[in-house]
Amino acid sequence: MNSQIRKLFLVLCLLFVAVIATTTYWLWRSPDLEARQGNPTLVVRQLTIKRGLIYAADGRTVLARNRPRKIQGRTWYLRVYPQDDLTAHVVGYSTVGRSRAGLEKSMNDFLTGSNSNLSTVVDRTLDKIRGLTQVGNDLVLTIQPEVQQVALDQLEGKCGAAVALDPRSGEVLAMASSPPYNPNLVENRFEEILAAQGACTPAAPLLNRATQGLFIPGSTFKVITASAALESGRFTPESRFDDPGYCTVYGKRVSNFADQSGPEAFGNVSFAEALQNSINSVFCNVGKELGPQAILEQAKRYGFYALPPLETPESERRPSGLYQRGRLVLPDDPNAVDPGRLAFGQERLLATPLQMAMVAAGIANGGVVMRPYVVDRILAPDGDILTKTSPDEYSEAVSPQTAAELAAMMELAVQSGTGTAAQIPGVRVAGKTGTAETGRPGQNDTWFIAFAPADAPRVAVAVALSDQAGTGGGTAAPIARSIMQAVLAQSA
Amino acid sequence: MSLRNRELLNLLGVGILIGLGFASVYIARQSVISTASLSYLAFFLGLFVAAHLVARAVLPYADPYLMPLAALLTGIGLTMIYRVDPDLALRQGLWLVIGLGVFAACALVIRDYRALDGVKYILALCAIVLLILPALPGLGATINGASLWVRLGPIAFQPGELAKVLLVVFLAGYLRDRREVLASGLGRFGLPPLKHAGPLLLIWGGAMLILFQTNDLGGGLLYFAVFLAMLYVATGRWAFVAVGSALFALGAYGLYHVVPHVEERVTIWLHPWSDPVDAGYQLVQSIYAIAGGGLFGAGLGRGVLVTPEGGTYIPFLQTDFIYSAIAQELGLAGAAAVLLLYIVLVYRGFRIAMLADDGFSKLLATGLTVTLAVQAFIIVGGVTGLIPLTGITLPFVSYGGSSLVANFLVLWLLMAVSNRVNARAAGL
Repeated sequence: MNSQIRKLFLVLCLLFVAVIATTTYWLWRSPDLEARQGNPTLVVRQLTIKRGLIYAADGRTVLARNRPRKIQGRTWYLRVYPQDDLTAHVVGYSTVGRSRAGLEKSMNDFLTGSNSNLSTVVDRTLDKIRGLTQVGNDLVLTIQPEVQQVALDQLEGKCGAAVALDPRSGEVLAMASSPPYNPNLVENRFEEILAAQGACTPAAPLLNRATQGLFIPGSTFKVITASAALESGRFTPESRFDDPGYCTVYGKRVSNFADQSGPEAFGNVSFAEALQNSINSVFCNVGKELGPQAILEQAKRYGFYALPPLETPESERRPSGLYQRGRLVLPDDPNAVDPGRLAFGQERLLATPLQMAMVAAGIANGGVVMRPYVVDRILAPDGDILTKTSPDEYSEAVSPQTAAELAAMMELAVQSGTGTAAQIPGVRVAGKTGTAETGRPGQNDTWFIAFAPADAPRVAVAVALSDQAGTGGGTAAPIARSIMQAVLAQSA
Repeated sequence: MSLRNRELLNLLGVGILIGLGFASVYIARQSVISTASLSYLAFFLGLFVAAHLVARAVLPYADPYLMPLAALLTGIGLTMIYRVDPDLALRQGLWLVIGLGVFAACALVIRDYRALDGVKYILALCAIVLLILPALPGLGATINGASLWVRLGPIAFQPGELAKVLLVVFLAGYLRDRREVLASGLGRFGLPPLKHAGPLLLIWGGAMLILFQTNDLGGGLLYFAVFLAMLYVATGRWAFVAVGSALFALGAYGLYHVVPHVEERVTIWLHPWSDPVDAGYQLVQSIYAIAGGGLFGAGLGRGVLVTPEGGTYIPFLQTDFIYSAIAQELGLAGAAAVLLLYIVLVYRGFRIAMLADDGFSKLLATGLTVTLAVQAFIIVGGVTGLIPLTGITLPFVSYGGSSLVANFLVLWLLMAVSNRVNARAAGL
């Protein structure tokens, strides 16, 4: 029987080797398994790290901090957001039950000190050896709390978003989305957030409408058409047009629009006056002459058709461009796009407030769009600066000359055109309104994009609202003005 | 060095290891557990030294590694149980007293284990009665879908654990008697005539029926595997293994379609990630724990096993999923070490079987060893997702009174066989 016993021993050894191999297999799969929701190992590992703090631009206002709690002999660091809803959409949340969002999600590696920055790795290894709590890196944002507060207050009760950039650097000075939510409720009172009622239907307060809200750009897009027109060399601000009050596209008349100021038909006007008064028929004809490809190419140079750059998670940003059935499309066939309607921002065009703020900032900055950023610097636990974001060119959208001409045309719009509501005493403001028909009466998407001071810009803004009965000049321009005033009130 | 001195030395080594384990748990969780609980360790060591003294008196030639291996596995289990729930560790300690008591009583009373051969049919009958007990109304209790328990007052126990040992003793005796006939006197189709195989099949058919009736799939698989292994060792015929496996596969296939419980288990095994919060929860959490342990684990008392509310992330952590807990806190190294201990145990067990000079002893030692090994494989394979998960204990390690007592009965039988084998080899 002994030879049978020997063989049986081999069989049993094989069985044990098989289970050891299976155990090893799971070890090999662990990086993938760790990322899964509901893995308690990951949750506990994350929550026993003393997460880095998040500060506003002033370096004092704390946007996110920790509340230590001892449970079962283990110290858990639960997150508290002292400013409640102030920066909810940018900062996001980090919770036990619902994982993370916003910068808390995208900057998690820094906030937990798990990044591969050399000094962080050394700190972490030493902490581990000494059995100390792992400590994360702090973030200092570019958000100015006063400006952010104004933006949030101005949007209250409305459905929309506002973005303020420093056109010279790309710093995000304010980014607000309405309706907002209180990140402190996410952990235990999430149903209150879900049940929130707002001006939007559905309210969807968790949505960051500044970066993932898609609005029809309407007449604000005329700035991009004008960019393409001036860049082409075929038009100047002085080019003359005849406005009959409508434009013929594919043999059909497209009437001028609610947004424009002045008479129904302006007659003989210059290109600059057409932008000042937002005359659809002029832009319609310019669009037809340029063709859709040239306009879309210009839009791309401003950042359309790409995810707008920012440190927030990719899933919380959306690209701007032509959308068809909820998906971004870039038609190869020029005939698939109506150039006339494209030129004044209809024709299935959708844009995020951040994208339109980049357009305004690019023009303000002599045609160069700076890469938007919201994290100014990352600090080690001892306060040393680990990384400091330096301003970076995103694209050269238009030539300095075109930018100057566009700025002058936009200044006219605020001085005596559609955007007079954005005037600030003693400051030269350049801006452009937008009132986009959604096909539902009284539910227009309204816009205002602007920058100031026009001669030496320090702030560029975009405000977008949905479900508005009024025009961009009447609804969005006053909000943009308040935000710009708040920025200009800060020391430069 | 004498065999018993070697055993004592090994036991002391085990004591030091387990002492370090208890100390680690205590340091990591001193805010949760009390100092008094450290006395469990002294208690643990004392018990095994007492068992060793019994062995010194009546089993002087027994294999010196079996008891230290059992002590190490029990100690690792006790440390993990203590880490998760110190109160439960105390209860496991009490079961350990009973287990070692049974070990000592058997060793002192039954001086020649071969006497069991003479009463094998009575033992078989006892085993069947024990297996039927939980199915009796008023006596049986169903816990977690398996009707394995008998409740007497405050104590619930699994008679199947004892039946398992009795059946191995019976099979060893029966197969020794019939092995020549089974191996040579082949009838049609290369199979032994019904006259010889009949009683065997009858007893096994009955046992299997009861097992499936009680929904104890892990038990069913274990019995069948041990049966086949012993049949193979007794006859040397792969044909039996092949036919037996085919029968088992057929039965399993039928069960898969008839019993919803079985179909659910198989579905979870094949697709654990399709429902990670409900049906697949146990297995998915077990895999998270194993994967999260890494190479060397989080350290005793430092792993993620206990929820802030005091429960465990994996249900039945202390019984079925103790391997996952070991992998989480001691890592792949610790988990593989535990599995290696079983391989060493199998090696010692088979060595005894090979040195034995009579068929009964050979088959008995083989059967008992295979029981421990296959049981460990079924549960570890189950919690790692290698095979469908069925609830069964990890021998010596898991929390569970009946199982622990039965395992010490196995330890006594193996040591008794090796005592006789070594004594004869020494010419005594």
